Amino acid sequence: MGKILMKGNEAIGEAAIRAGCLNYFAYPITPQSEVAEYLSRRMPEVGGVFLQGESEVAVSYMLFGASACGARVFTTSSSPGISLMSEGISYIAGAQCPAVFVNIMRGGPGLGGILPSQADYFQATKGGGHGDYRLLVMAPASVQEAVEMVMLAFPLAEKYRNPVMLLGDGLIGQMMEPVEFPDHLKSEPTNKDEWATNGMDTRGSNKRNLVKTLFLDAGKLNEHNLMLKAKYDRMKREEIRYELYNIESDYKALIVSYGTMSRVCKTAIDNMKDEGLEVGMVRPQTLFPFPENAVYEAASKESCKVVVSIEMSMGQMVEDVERCVKGKLPVKWYGKCGGDVPTPEEVVEAVKSFL
Amino acid sequence: MGKTFAKPEALSDQHTHYCPGCTHGIIHRLVAEVIDELGIKGRTVGIAPVGCAVLAYNYFILDFQEAAHGRAPAMATGIKRVRPDLIVFTYQGDGDLASIGMGEIIHAANRGEKFTTIFVNNAVYGMTGGQMAPTTMPGQRTTTSPFGRNVKEVGMPIKMAELLSALETPGYITRQSVIKPKYIVRAKKAVKKAFQYQLEGRCFSLVEVISTCPTNWGLTPVQAVKWAEETMLPYYKLGEFKRPD
Repeated sequence: MGKILMKGNEAIGEAAIRAGCLNYFAYPITPQSEVAEYLSRRMPEVGGVFLQGESEVAVSYMLFGASACGARVFTTSSSPGISLMSEGISYIAGAQCPAVFVNIMRGGPGLGGILPSQADYFQATKGGGHGDYRLLVMAPASVQEAVEMVMLAFPLAEKYRNPVMLLGDGLIGQMMEPVEFPDHLKSEPTNKDEWATNGMDTRGSNKRNLVKTLFLDAGKLNEHNLMLKAKYDRMKREEIRYELYNIESDYKALIVSYGTMSRVCKTAIDNMKDEGLEVGMVRPQTLFPFPENAVYEAASKESCKVVVSIEMSMGQMVEDVERCVKGKLPVKWYGKCGGDVPTPEEVVEAVKSFL
Repeated sequence: MGKTFAKPEALSDQHTHYCPGCTHGIIHRLVAEVIDELGIKGRTVGIAPVGCAVLAYNYFILDFQEAAHGRAPAMATGIKRVRPDLIVFTYQGDGDLASIGMGEIIHAANRGEKFTTIFVNNAVYGMTGGQMAPTTMPGQRTTTSPFGRNVKEVGMPIKMAELLSALETPGYITRQSVIKPKYIVRAKKAVKKAFQYQLEGRCFSLVEVISTCPTNWGLTPVQAVKWAEETMLPYYKLGEFKRPD
């Protein structure tokens, strides 16, 4: 199959089907409602499940129930909706069930706006819901990458028995780009008989399975959290993904940026190169686990004088960048958060102002 | 001589954590007996609520999921949509179902989700220590209505069975009790019917069960039965409110 032109939201829906996920529960919210609209007619074609829930809260628990009986499930939403789903996400992570959540971010706080934003970085990477849990968070910078990440998200969710989040901004969902779908994913969740409540007859067992998050005994809850932490530590060892840009040059400044914002930064970097100013970039593709060493190493280059986190938020990822740079260089932030994506000219001006 | 009476296979040997005089044990047993009789143990998934019955999975030998407060009907929906062949029941109290879970139960019932809900109504929050529930009786003292439920401030107790019966979608909705043997016999029949409707893929089914909570009512088990009969039953009328046929 060759390239076709497709809107990001629809491509995300199609990618899930090709990843073998035939179960989708959702609640409409701008700017991602096209996923639900697309799947409401596509799921019946492939014999899948489409259900519009009564709220994002309910949807997160529909995912929980379905996932806990061994089905491959996903949902899509946008910022305020993800806030509502965060309760369920905490339970799903605590109960160790695989599920995929897509957040096509809009501006906040509150209703905020419906234009693109990256203001849910903290929510996605530092919590959102209660308790010690982590999501594996991937951030696409194009429709093609969104498709690839959706297809990667399901095996990763199943590998770790943990929710995976695709964190895209409104532009990723709304824009049309040429996209090519990878081959269908054939793999089924492999070890579900060990833990899923799929019915004792289904697995020919007399042993019942129990999916729960309550541990009233302090020692047992601590043990449970240590086991979860071991999974998150393993993600840090095995799942870090990032892209380097203009990193061979003797750059004076290093940009850290992700998603749509990183594409604008690439143009700005090209423009600065034409002017004779070299700037490098680390683009995290996974926000958790964060490419800590990549940022540290890139910031260690002798020519580099400053590190700039450029994001469509009021400075959220910059806290991780500061952590990774470990005080070696000054770390600055530049961004906007009303729904306007900073232009390449604004990025150039910001970078120059820090030099 | 053969065995004439035995513990249902779907129940474990564990002692329960329920208080003396609590009716959860009876209701657990009725559900387990029905599961045994219908021969569905191997394909049944229970969903425990938040509340006293959160540990129900310690007593049922069935696949079980544990919900957040009020969300069991959404989880049951998820299961039934992806695995319609599984038999699913939620076991919820009145704080769980009639307060925080009102949205989930109404929409699940209205979609006609093919699962069964056992709704235990004892007019109080049990697990958290006796706070006022949407089902608390007028004038009833609880830890958050120390002067008695003031209906001018917080409204009248919600009649869930009647409320759900008002939906146009076909369903099986009944209110039963287990405070006396004659009620227990009828409740068992209702629970069985509810599961049978699910097995036939007919409709959503809910059995509300008027129950006692001697501990949080501050009464002895015997006084609690009397209070339930004199105060709750005249308000929460027993009977079938809706049938799919």
